[in-house]
Amino acid sequence: MLSNVSLRTRRILLAQSLCGLLLAACGESYANSAISEVVSAAPVSEAHEAGPDQQTLEVGPPPFSEDIFPCTDCHDPELEVRGKKRELKFEHTDIELTHAEENRWCLDCHDGADRDMLHLANGDVIPFEESYRLCGQCHGDKLRDWRNGVHGRRVGFWNGAKSYLLCVNCHNAHSPQFPALEPEPAPFRPVRTP
Amino acid sequence: MSGCSTIDRREFMCVAAGCAAAAMGSCSDLTHSAFFRDHLRELTKTQLDELVGELESEYSERFGREVEVGTTGPMKGVELAYALDLSRCVGCRRCVYACVEENNQSRDPQVHWIRVLEMDNERGIDFEHADAYYDAEQVPEPDKFYLPVACQQCRNPACVKTCPTGATWQEPDGITVIDYDWCIGCRCCVSACPYGARHFNWSEPELPAEELNPKTHILGNRPRTKGVVEKCTFCIHRTREGRYPACVEACPVGARKFGDLHDPDGEIRHIFENKRVFVLKAELNTRPRFYYFYGA
Repeated sequence: MLSNVSLRTRRILLAQSLCGLLLAACGESYANSAISEVVSAAPVSEAHEAGPDQQTLEVGPPPFSEDIFPCTDCHDPELEVRGKKRELKFEHTDIELTHAEENRWCLDCHDGADRDMLHLANGDVIPFEESYRLCGQCHGDKLRDWRNGVHGRRVGFWNGAKSYLLCVNCHNAHSPQFPALEPEPAPFRPVRTP
Repeated sequence: MSGCSTIDRREFMCVAAGCAAAAMGSCSDLTHSAFFRDHLRELTKTQLDELVGELESEYSERFGREVEVGTTGPMKGVELAYALDLSRCVGCRRCVYACVEENNQSRDPQVHWIRVLEMDNERGIDFEHADAYYDAEQVPEPDKFYLPVACQQCRNPACVKTCPTGATWQEPDGITVIDYDWCIGCRCCVSACPYGARHFNWSEPELPAEELNPKTHILGNRPRTKGVVEKCTFCIHRTREGRYPACVEACPVGARKFGDLHDPDGEIRHIFENKRVFVLKAELNTRPRFYYFYGA
């Protein structure tokens, strides 16, 4: 009831609209209005300035499965490294490799000598926190976009500090296809009332 | 109107206010100054502060919790722009509901500022055959792609041009905003917008107090009433403080990008310089600040 009245009252006040037309006509005169008062741009944070061009970035921790890291808890550094590609029958059987699996297996990315690390194609050993460098060896275009904030999700400030996710936060390194999602409910269809 | 020719607007308004007050009868909770005040852009700082105070106490009382009504202005030299990666969007509608929660849209009747359109790969972008009501178990569906549409924040906005009361205008940072107290609900803007981005409150918006986002902006997500039009404001209460809009942060595939068009190192500029970018219905010369691109 309240709103009915208010709507009607608004119509009574159509005079307002006429003034509004005048207002619209002289739109530029609002330069000094309080509501549109221009504020100075917020200072660009150091995170942004240091930003995307650096070799390494501040990113969140890798999404390890529970109790999986450090790998050396199980992989005794004293043990001999079996460097031959084979099917795993006892451990890590849950891992399904669908990521250029014809040409690749564990030790192409995981380091055999230092089990808690990864390695690049050139032999450089890198921590899991820098795994994007490993991914970027093949997916250079994606790495470039990611550094520039265009590939992947960002949270934070468009003009300042923002959090980057690692590639592996969204893509399972072993089967990187982004999984299908259940969509949120469809909107209600408008109903025509008689 | 000839009788009015000798009185100025203020006098006329006072007379009208008298009649209106009589007509309003039981509407004692309608804030007087919210209803009979000057245009939002004509208010002095003091008047604006006073209005904000009234609104805050009105909302706080109505919802039983503290509500903040912000008035943060545009940042100097900033032109806000949006880019959406069509090669990433999977049509999950997370953005739609993040927007609803952030911007205090009515839950019933349902108001969504973002509409995700499902389209056939075979047809390409074809609004005639788009489906906003798709109900798949999982998305993306094969042979389909998804195109979310909200306010395109046009540089040449048909909605602003058509508004008879000056209740909607473009801010210096590019956001087209609405003064809900000056909107008379004529819906000219709704029909003028070629993107279906404006939404009318056909009945009193229902917003449970526990779902209210208490951080609001006077030009954005403050609670609305029946009979006014609303639309996306790029999350004005967030983006004017430098934060990303809620939909950007909600998107699980990172398809949504936001920033300052004038920042040479920003995301938007990188997209412009490196991707295939287009706007919707470019032939209408609305010149949107909302861009679509193919990132892959």
